[in-house]
Amino acid sequence: MTDIDTLIIGGGPAGLAAAIAARETGCESVLLLERDEALGGILRQCIHTGFGLHVFKEELTGPEYAQRFIDKAAELKVPVQCGTLVLNITRERIVTAVSPAHGLQRFRAKAIVLAMGCRERTRGALMIPGWRPAGVYAAGTAQRFVNRDGWMPGKRVVILGSGDIGLIMARRMTFEGAKVLACVELMPYSSGLTRNVVQCLDDFDIPLLLSHTVVDIHGRERVEGVTVAQVDALRKPVPGTERRFDCDTLLLSVGLIPENELSKGAGVELSPATSGPQVDESLQTCVPGIFACGNVLHVHDLVDFVTLESAQAGRHAAAFARSQAISHKPVIRVRDGAGVRGVVPQSLGVERIENEVSLMFRPTAVCKDAAVCVKIDGQEVLRKKHRILTPGEMVNVTVTKDQLTGFASAHELTVEVVA
Amino acid sequence: MTAREITCIGCPMGCRLSVAVEGAAVVSVDNAGCGRGVAYARQECVCPTRMVTARVTVSGRRTPLSVKTARPVPKDKIFACLERIREAHLTAPVKIGDVVVADICGTGVDVVATMNS
Repeated sequence: MTDIDTLIIGGGPAGLAAAIAARETGCESVLLLERDEALGGILRQCIHTGFGLHVFKEELTGPEYAQRFIDKAAELKVPVQCGTLVLNITRERIVTAVSPAHGLQRFRAKAIVLAMGCRERTRGALMIPGWRPAGVYAAGTAQRFVNRDGWMPGKRVVILGSGDIGLIMARRMTFEGAKVLACVELMPYSSGLTRNVVQCLDDFDIPLLLSHTVVDIHGRERVEGVTVAQVDALRKPVPGTERRFDCDTLLLSVGLIPENELSKGAGVELSPATSGPQVDESLQTCVPGIFACGNVLHVHDLVDFVTLESAQAGRHAAAFARSQAISHKPVIRVRDGAGVRGVVPQSLGVERIENEVSLMFRPTAVCKDAAVCVKIDGQEVLRKKHRILTPGEMVNVTVTKDQLTGFASAHELTVEVVA
Repeated sequence: MTAREITCIGCPMGCRLSVAVEGAAVVSVDNAGCGRGVAYARQECVCPTRMVTARVTVSGRRTPLSVKTARPVPKDKIFACLERIREAHLTAPVKIGDVVVADICGTGVDVVATMNS
C-alpha cells in the first residue's frame, strides 16, 4: 500500500488541470493515474481547432491544448502512471489499480479527484431495428480511427444525431474523401454549436434533417443503407415519410454518458439529471475527500470550462488532503426549477464559499429573450437576461458571496428559466 | 447585385442574414440581431476563410501526425490544401509548430504540426 495525498484518476484535460492545481497549491504528494498509453484524453483525437479561446485567448487544436497542460504537469514534476487501469475505489479512499509496468497496486489517498470523463451512447441505447452489420460506429470511435489510427471507417456516410462530435466528423470524413449524405436529428433543433452546423454541414452542402430519425439499418455483413423517416411532435416516426439512403457507414452522435462505475463503487451518490456525482460548492461528492470534475461530473461543451472547473477541484482536494476537515455546517440544496436541468453543484455550504460560486446547467428547450432567475427560499437574488438559451450550450451563472449574505441557514436555492 | 442567405455563427441565435453583394462589396445586411452579424456577413460574403486541419503520415511512426494551417485559408482552397497536405512526407521526430508545408497553395500560409511525434 502506497500513501498519496492527492490521487487523480484520469489524465485528460480534467485530471491534468486538477493535478496541476493541486501541485501549485503546495501539495507534495500527487499522483495521476491514466488508463491510456499517453496523457491528453479525448483531446488527442480532436485535431480540429476551437479549443482554448477562453483560457488562452487563442484558437488551438485539441492536441496543442492538451500539450500545454502535459508540459506544465511535467514542469511541476507531477508523477504520472499511464497504462494504469483503476479497478476499484472504496469509501475509505483505498484505490486498486493494475498496469503492465507495476502489476497490482494499492494506494491510500487523503483526497481523490474523479476525472474519468464520459463515454458515448451506442446503438444499443437507441434500439434501432435491423441486423448487426459492420459499419455502425459511435462518432467518437470513428474520430479515433481516422485521427489517431489513420483508418477510414467507410466511404458513404449517414450521421445520426447532430451533437458536436457528429458535426465535426461530417467535415472530417468529407476532408478524407468520404461522401456524407445527411445528418439526421431527432429533435427540431441541433444540439451542436451553430458554428459547427455552418462550418461542418452548410460549407459542404450536407443536409441537416431536423425532426428525423433512422428507423432501419440494412445489410447483414456490412451496412448497405439506412431508412430515415420524419418524426412527429412526440418523436414517433410518421408513416409514409420513409426514404432510403444507400451508405456503408452509420455514425452515431447521440449523447455522452459520464463514466461513473468507479464512483458508484465508492458510494458516491449520482444525480439523475447529470448522471454525474452530486457535489457541493467545492466539487466534493457525498463521500468526504472524493471530488469530481470535468465530463465525469457533467458533460461540457467546451474544454476551457473543464479546465477551470477541474483546477478548482484540484485546489479543494489538496486543501482537504492537508486538513482532513469534514464540514458539518448546514448546506442549501440546489434544485432545478422550471426550464432547467442538471444544476451543478447540487448543494452549497454558504459559509464556505470564498468569493463566488458558479452554477452550471442546461436549459430544457430553446428559449428566446428569456431570463435566468436564482431564488433562495422563494426570494429572488439574481436575474440575468439572455437573448437565447439552448440545450446545446451550458449556461453558467455566478452567484457572489454578497448575494448569499443572510442566507446561511436557508434551505433551498432554485434556478429557473423565465420567458 | 446578388442576394445571399447565410447563418451567423456569432452566437446560438443563428440569425439568418440576408446579404446583398455587389461585385466584391457587401451593400447591405438584413435580419442581423446585432453588430456581430453584420461584421460576420461582411467577412463571409467577401472573403470567407477557414482553418484546415488534417493528418499526415510520418515514416517511422505507427500513428499519423495532426497538422493545421497556421492561419485561416480561403474557403475555396480547402480541398486543394488537403490534397497538398496528403502528399507531404515527414520523418520523425516532429515537434509542435514545425512547418510541414510552407506557403500552401500560394496562400502565404504555412501548414504546421499540432503534436509531437
